[in-house]
Amino acid sequence: MDVHLARTLEEALEVKARQPEAVPIAGGTDLMVALNFDRQRPPALLDVSRLEDLRVWRREDDVFFVGAGVTYTQLLHTLPGTHPLAQAARTVGSVQIRNRGTLGGNLGTASPAGDTLPVLAAYDADVVLIRPDGRRRVVPWHAFMVGPKRTTLASDELILGVQWRLTRGPGSFLKVGPRNAMVIAVASLCLVADVDRRRIRVALGSVGPTVLRAPAAEAYAEQVLTAAGWWDDPAVEVAPQVAEEFGERVAAAARPIDDVRGTAAYRRHACAVLGRRALRWMLEDRVREAASC
Amino acid sequence: MLIRVRVNGEWRTGEVWPGANLLSLLRDTLGLPGAKNACEQGECGSCSVWLDGELVCACLVLAAQAHERDVRTVEGLAPEGTLHPVQEAFLETGAVQCGFCTPGLIVAAVDLLRRVPAPDDSAIREALAGNLCRCTGYGKILEAVRLAADRMRTSGAGDDR
Repeated sequence: MDVHLARTLEEALEVKARQPEAVPIAGGTDLMVALNFDRQRPPALLDVSRLEDLRVWRREDDVFFVGAGVTYTQLLHTLPGTHPLAQAARTVGSVQIRNRGTLGGNLGTASPAGDTLPVLAAYDADVVLIRPDGRRRVVPWHAFMVGPKRTTLASDELILGVQWRLTRGPGSFLKVGPRNAMVIAVASLCLVADVDRRRIRVALGSVGPTVLRAPAAEAYAEQVLTAAGWWDDPAVEVAPQVAEEFGERVAAAARPIDDVRGTAAYRRHACAVLGRRALRWMLEDRVREAASC
Repeated sequence: MLIRVRVNGEWRTGEVWPGANLLSLLRDTLGLPGAKNACEQGECGSCSVWLDGELVCACLVLAAQAHERDVRTVEGLAPEGTLHPVQEAFLETGAVQCGFCTPGLIVAAVDLLRRVPAPDDSAIREALAGNLCRCTGYGKILEAVRLAADRMRTSGAGDDR
């Protein structure tokens, strides 16, 4: 097994051009488990944990870019204005795991249970890839993650980072698991309200072959909130059954299976509860926000 | 593959299989058995060490990733023959039963107290969530961390970097 310790992005891309089968390793929280248990023996590993180019974040106009090498600890404590993403990062593993695991690793592994992935889907994020010639390829999240642990990353490409348009409005990430730490999600959900564009976006994790959006639930919420005049007046009364109905429509978008972590029926039920809860929090948060202005 | 790493302040070199993890380098090659090998998948925290000052599971770090970097283990917490205040507190409160999880818990507790000198119970629980004790000693472990935190604050000790 070859191990390449790339010091710069250019070096890493050269390795990828020469040896596309080299598997990138960042925090190692997924890949090292496979190596330790002899489940994978890649012909070569490419260490990307030293690449400063991947450990950056920046805001350009209303677009926020986060490098693939940014860790969950950084998402949780350092990044400005990334509320649901910080909430999702906090639910990942433990301090030890969060110090190592990266956003790029979550994308590269593309587990349907990846904790940051519903957030990126609700942000309508684009994944930024880089090719050996240095050119970038920008792919919408849904065209990048296409199945359980399946992505459209080409063998000579690296994940540079992820970017999304910043929006104004409340949002939250919710996760169901047997503990508050060290769990792979049984079901997870991210809801984001884009107040300026009058859009509600909701995405589900761990209840389908990949992360799913719930377009019928989104359309329902937007229509009801528009009819109620909520976008202009957050204090307006929204009937309690709206959250119930929203939760049911969220659950209808799930495509869960039975597995060791939970049954399909439980997961669908959990989606309804999470959807209902997230919508209620959104309504409360916006009232609170308006009151504190 | 030859790896050069600074362990507890001293530069060491060791030969490992390229796919080996840092825990194997520390234990099998460099003769530092303090970090324990249990789950090998980052679940139990018994191999907790610092890599460039960050708390990590040594079993999830490729040994080569630690090349030319700084590693601190439980062995480096206090000079030979002495104990770190967290180690003393674990002994005094009976937070040690079989002892297998203890080095990892002590390293994780020291890491917490370095970041948060006066943690409340929920902060202690969150910080130690990645360390499993199968003798069910968590009550005593919480007590040990509280005791160590109090003592380190009064004595001004604890900044052992």
